[in-house]
Amino acid sequence: MAHDHPHPHHHHDRDPHAPVNESHGVRADSAALERALRELLIEKGVFTAEDIRRQIEITESRTPELGAKVIAHAWVDPAYKAWLLKDAKAAIQQFLGIDLNLTPELVVVENTPRLHHMICCTLCSCYPRAVLGIPPAWYKSPEYRSRTVIEPRTVLAEFGTRIADDVEIRVVDSTADMRYIVLPLRPRGTEGMSESELAAIVTRDSMIGVAVLDDVRR
Amino acid sequence: MSARFAPGDRVTVLARDMATHCRTPYYLRGKRGVVARVLGAYANPEELAYHRLGIPFQPLYQVAFDYAEVWGKREPNTVITADIFQHWLEAAN
Amino acid sequence: MTRGVHDLGGLPAGPVDLNEHDRTFFDQRVDAMMRLLAHPEQGYYTVDAMRRAIEALPREDYFGLTYYERWVRAMRALVIEKGLISESELQRKLAAIAAGGDR
Repeated sequence: MAHDHPHPHHHHDRDPHAPVNESHGVRADSAALERALRELLIEKGVFTAEDIRRQIEITESRTPELGAKVIAHAWVDPAYKAWLLKDAKAAIQQFLGIDLNLTPELVVVENTPRLHHMICCTLCSCYPRAVLGIPPAWYKSPEYRSRTVIEPRTVLAEFGTRIADDVEIRVVDSTADMRYIVLPLRPRGTEGMSESELAAIVTRDSMIGVAVLDDVRR
Repeated sequence: MSARFAPGDRVTVLARDMATHCRTPYYLRGKRGVVARVLGAYANPEELAYHRLGIPFQPLYQVAFDYAEVWGKREPNTVITADIFQHWLEAAN
Repeated sequence: MTRGVHDLGGLPAGPVDLNEHDRTFFDQRVDAMMRLLAHPEQGYYTVDAMRRAIEALPREDYFGLTYYERWVRAMRALVIEKGLISESELQRKLAAIAAGGDR
């Protein structure tokens, strides 16, 4: 899928999203506490090392690529799009074939030429993890959480995104049980693209609402 | 517990103080908005946070707030929405 | 009116740092343990309890620790609160680790 703004420490010979090291930036007491809790909880049979490993695998399997497939499908199939907007969890679960049963509720909000949505969680870091995976660090940052609800256009500008003054910006604060995904406006120049070609241009940031997708020149 | 409000209803977020866990942000306390969506009913997070069951489920609403109402200054074409539980809302004039 | 340390909407803050921090193995393990402990069916407490425990952190920890460091401290409070481990067991284990106990 398309990448958002460049990764400063991107190495071309490895998966840029794989962990780089054990515990960069983590204090020694935190690392010791994590190890102590993990060992004790395993000793007590609360979970096993295999449970942890399997959970990591499931978590890593959820990525923006999954969301991009959903978006592309909604763009090409109006009936699916209607379903997605009405009952996102059921529509996503069925289309992707993943089990979302015990995950939070999902709502897909549609951008139009007159309306742009921007998702945040001022109180913590609520994010549609079950579909899009782990949120980016900036989404969880105090700066994004504080400022998005009070100066959305300025924050968007920091992402290089400008929304026209006559377009309504709707900042969606995920304060309770719902997790939100933006259905971005389909860019111009994509008529005739296949569904998988469309999925390849949908970015994570467009599904959060901090970016819009550029028109395509063929 | 049945939903008291419907989309389009004008509501005010209670200006209550709460020292324990709650999901009604400080910046929206006492603010007026309009119900945009009825989201269903869910266990009360204020109770779940302390290992209590949080039942009966409380109706939850997506409420839309005009920027000027929230921050006291104009910013055209900007709306903030938040998902607020029924027990934090009262009907506005 | 009381404003929790976590309740940030509208507070002044600097520019958003767009650097994508690579996730570490520490992050992954903490994330996984949290999901297991707060699992809706097989877990021991809720995500709401996790949030409450994070919100109870002192200000300097809330802003001074990394995201997953906050989680691991919340996890510590909750597993003791739920009686899964005791404080003295934890202290013994930490001492053993500090003394160079092997993996």
